[in-house]
Amino acid sequence: MSSKPATITKLLIANRGEIACRVMRTAQANGIPCVAVYSSADEHAPHVKMADEAIFIGPAPAKDSYLLPDKIINAAKITGANAIHPGYGFLSENADFAQQCENNNIIFVGPPVAAIKAMGSKSAAKSIMETAAVPLVPGYHGATQTAELLLAESHKIGFPVLLKATAGGGGKGMRIVWKEAEFDEALAAAKREALAGFADDTMLVEKYLTQPRHVEIQVFCDSHNNGVYLFERDCSIQRRHQKVIEEAPAPAFSNELRSAMGDAALKAASAIGYVGAGTVEFLLDIDGSFYFMEMNTRLQVEHPVTELITGQDLVDWQLQVAAGHPLPLQQNELTISGHAIEARIYAEDPDNEFLPATGTIHYLQPPQTSQYIRIDTGIAEGDEISVYYDPMISKLITWDTTREKAIARMQTALSDYHIAGLKTNIPFLKRLVDQPEFGRAELETSFIEKHEQQLFGTKDQRHSKPHYLEHCAILLAIHHYLCLQKSRPYANSRDDASPWNAVDNWQLNQSPSFSCTLVYQEDVYEVNITTNADHPAGFLSATCGDYLLEAKASLADSGLLVSQLTKSQEVEAHQQQYSIHHGHYHRGQTSSSKTDQLTLFRDCDALVFTLQSQDHESFSEAEEGNLTAPMNGTIVTVFVAVDQTVKAGDSLLVLEAMKMEHTIRAPSDGTVKEVYYKAGDLVDEGSELLAFDSTADGDSEGDKE
Amino acid sequence: MAIIKSQINTNSETFRSNSEVMQTLVQDLQAKVATIAQGGGVKSQERHLSRGKLLPRDRIKLLLDEGSPFLEFSQFAAYEVYEDNLPAGGVITGIGRIQGQECIVVANDATVKGGTYYPLTVKKHLRAQTIAAENNLPCVYLVDSGGAFLPRQDDVFPDKEHFGRIFFNQANMSAQGIPQIAVVMGSCTAGGAYVPAMSDESIIVKEQGTIFLAGPPLVKAATGEVVTAEELGGADVHCRTSGVADHYAQNDPHALQLARRCVSRLNRVKKPDIDHQPSIPPLYDVSEMGGVVPPDLKTPFDVREVIARTVDGSEFDEFKALYGTTLVCGFARIHGYPVGIVANNGILFSESAQKGAHFIELCAQRKIPLVFLQNIMGFMVGKKYEAGGIARHGAKMVTAVATAKVPKITIIIGGSFGAGNYGMCGRAYDPRFMFMWPNARISVMGGEQAAGVLSQIKRDAFEKQGTDWSAEDEGTFKQPIIDTYEQQGHPYFASARLWDDGIIAPSDTRQVLGMCLSASLNAPIEETKFGVFRM
Repeated sequence: MSSKPATITKLLIANRGEIACRVMRTAQANGIPCVAVYSSADEHAPHVKMADEAIFIGPAPAKDSYLLPDKIINAAKITGANAIHPGYGFLSENADFAQQCENNNIIFVGPPVAAIKAMGSKSAAKSIMETAAVPLVPGYHGATQTAELLLAESHKIGFPVLLKATAGGGGKGMRIVWKEAEFDEALAAAKREALAGFADDTMLVEKYLTQPRHVEIQVFCDSHNNGVYLFERDCSIQRRHQKVIEEAPAPAFSNELRSAMGDAALKAASAIGYVGAGTVEFLLDIDGSFYFMEMNTRLQVEHPVTELITGQDLVDWQLQVAAGHPLPLQQNELTISGHAIEARIYAEDPDNEFLPATGTIHYLQPPQTSQYIRIDTGIAEGDEISVYYDPMISKLITWDTTREKAIARMQTALSDYHIAGLKTNIPFLKRLVDQPEFGRAELETSFIEKHEQQLFGTKDQRHSKPHYLEHCAILLAIHHYLCLQKSRPYANSRDDASPWNAVDNWQLNQSPSFSCTLVYQEDVYEVNITTNADHPAGFLSATCGDYLLEAKASLADSGLLVSQLTKSQEVEAHQQQYSIHHGHYHRGQTSSSKTDQLTLFRDCDALVFTLQSQDHESFSEAEEGNLTAPMNGTIVTVFVAVDQTVKAGDSLLVLEAMKMEHTIRAPSDGTVKEVYYKAGDLVDEGSELLAFDSTADGDSEGDKE
Repeated sequence: MAIIKSQINTNSETFRSNSEVMQTLVQDLQAKVATIAQGGGVKSQERHLSRGKLLPRDRIKLLLDEGSPFLEFSQFAAYEVYEDNLPAGGVITGIGRIQGQECIVVANDATVKGGTYYPLTVKKHLRAQTIAAENNLPCVYLVDSGGAFLPRQDDVFPDKEHFGRIFFNQANMSAQGIPQIAVVMGSCTAGGAYVPAMSDESIIVKEQGTIFLAGPPLVKAATGEVVTAEELGGADVHCRTSGVADHYAQNDPHALQLARRCVSRLNRVKKPDIDHQPSIPPLYDVSEMGGVVPPDLKTPFDVREVIARTVDGSEFDEFKALYGTTLVCGFARIHGYPVGIVANNGILFSESAQKGAHFIELCAQRKIPLVFLQNIMGFMVGKKYEAGGIARHGAKMVTAVATAKVPKITIIIGGSFGAGNYGMCGRAYDPRFMFMWPNARISVMGGEQAAGVLSQIKRDAFEKQGTDWSAEDEGTFKQPIIDTYEQQGHPYFASARLWDDGIIAPSDTRQVLGMCLSASLNAPIEETKFGVFRM
């Protein structure tokens, strides 16, 4: 990287989603025109709309677009961009790409090639750090493997220790040894497993941290040999090694520890001649000792918490440093103000092992942003979360003067974050930040596993509250009823005042009642609504099973305003506002049938009910020929060939979607007429997979007569 | 516009007691309808449901637009007529909205005697078809019937207005461009097979619907062939082989969905050719209607109080308000539709009859629908009136009523006696719709008058013989006559025999009239050519 200041005249962002938008926001504010790149899946994405120019770089899969250095460099050349910001992920830590930028006289907004290379290999990184006297997790990585030596090394480290096969992974060939007496047996077992699993029983010994926290330091270096750290972030709340909640500053973190860790991080950075924004990750033991894990040579997802407590714009810093300017501030000019927390909003199902969810965001109502609430997103209502990229919807960051207040803001903001169309982790995040242990900052990397019971087990408890779902179904039915009154979908415009336009189910000599059927998961809820003459005007009486709700209801901006009639005479009604989204969705792309989905946002939960409506074709006139993909995915195996006869229930093909395999079976006896896909093909939800001719109706026998 | 100023004090004792009496009648009406709506009873319904079929009223709900009103006809059909209990006559008929289009629905109730056709079942089915034909309303038949009730074939099969007329009507309505759609949801045997066969489009439910001219027992008897109902006339046969049915439904909801789809493809546009204004509710609450009417038909009341609770904004422009005052005529709107109202305020005199004829001419000329509010003891009798030509003047009104081609809707709100019934558009004068209030009575004359006439004849005969007839004996003679008239003049008796289209609560009058007017405007209003008026 040249130390001579240059000017970034046009910036290409080699990324998508929220980070592309985030980078553009600062660049454009600094008067730098921005170039977006996009794949076919992102043609209408916000980052493309936000950019001054956009270049199409290929099909949806990242390996054919966002991960192709040539295409990106070419896009920069076409548009005349003299700098590329890689964001995070994709090519951000790809040394070859950084090299190509350099070769093409394009400023790479990131560290020098050598620094990326140095940190690219974890083991190489560790030895560089060892040389630079950055603390590492104490351990033995030697070639001599006698049991005596390994035991001696363990003593040196101090119990408990972790025995780990060097070739290992996935917990195989790994044992925690708490005391010497367990050592021999554990070693034998670990070696046995390693040999069986990887044909290599070489072991390493490491100190085992019982309650480690993940604390990382944000460092920044310029090309004039200046380096500062912008304090720490605690990212201990993780699931499957992915950060879920990040905060800054780290709770219960002394100034001594802060400067010790900060200095260690700067030492690590200078050891590799670092320039730009970087993050040095440490494991923090319960006794206050900390050990280097790795260094990320890019801007982190969680950088906003640092921005909010320091009042700095890290992207702006990146651009200045990349242009060869010195760091905007010295270490002593940096201070911490207040507390910030970030929660990552994902399209995923926490109750189903965090399986990513795909689909369209039909409704998106985020909380109001302010000096306390920040939302970084690259997704708009109507956008699709596809299988191709990370299913992150946004980052919700709250700030306040204290941690307690920032948590309270997070709780409210999560409750006000309404998304319909697909499953999100919002309810899970809300339960997380509601945990008293989280409030008390009892943080550790296994926090989620430890509190599994409270974080995942609540679903049934919640729904077993008496009449909870009946109550929800009634609210949605009333909403639907009121919407119908308003929209009068079948009203005849040429016969405007006709009493036939009413939608109250009026019937002669019988009390009018409106009924509708809602389905929640598998359960059916029949709701009946009547206007009751015994009640004050405007009051409705709604029943669902044996549950009765008497209330006055009206449509509100984004839902329903309900004044529930209370039993006590003093208070006539208890008024509450509910957020409801009624979506009328096309299912899949090849099918014309629609479903009505009603989403009730309640207690931070998005309860999705399906309205059974008479015109939504849930039937086909004949059963055959309706074998469609249940969701977006890839065809794994096709078991049948054209003209093959099959029996009802026979496997026809296997579709993999979201890491799960779905077997498509023959709905009846019949013949396969055509197979539209082959193994490896990507299919969209609702695509017809094969043509099938049913013979189950029994006229084949009749034909013979 | 003139606004009717009600003279009624709703806090008065009279109003309250009137309301109570009417309330009792309405409650009895609603209770009876609730029982009728249960069809063939719980056991029969359970059996029906266990076959995977929906109950007829639930079928109608799924067929109609979500939330659509349903104006049911002849709920009392066959009420206490036969030894067998036949709720609603075994068939449910009415008007409802399908895809925004008012349609006639005829749904057999298989829980009532297997949906077989008794004489009054036929009459009710035909009446629904007449309403469809007169008002240009598409027909959807939800067929689930064993056909004619064989023990009563003499009253069901041979005559002009019997079973065969159903198919005659289907053919002729189809010819007029009135869509005929059949959904076969159960058996459809013999003559019944022609309902889907004569329809423009038909739908049949898998494993439920069967269509055949002769069922398995008859086939076995005739040819010895042994065959199941499904093999003989099930959905697969008719959709794949015979072509008798057009659409194959997996089950009842699917069938009804397909029927809705058929209606959505009719390419019909309702174009009411009328000065239609926004609807405004009356100034006076329709729920006060019961308190307006005295319990005794002989007690007079001002019919304007009824009009005030029926028409938009209680606005009523009277025609000839000062002439022939026993007949109230005038223009108003109901649910925004312009109407001419003809209402009784006492017996008909020559002047009132002439006024009525004139007003009907006006409405026919201007193509304004007519609403008759009947409460008529008859035409005035006596030497003076006969000499004054009351028969001639009455005839004018009858002629005008009979030949006026505008939609006519009749509500009997009190008595409907004698020639008054004719002049006020009784059943014989083809009102598009006709309803009765539960307090109403209908007969050739009042029970007391009839008993009086008959006892006078008898007394004359006794006197001729020189025999004495005691007042006591005369009372004994008169009472059964009075009782019979009372029973036969009762709305339940009348409605059971389809002399009207149903009994309505007085407070529903405005609603029902609005629906009828709107439905009637599906047919263009024809030019009227009146007959010879005897001048």
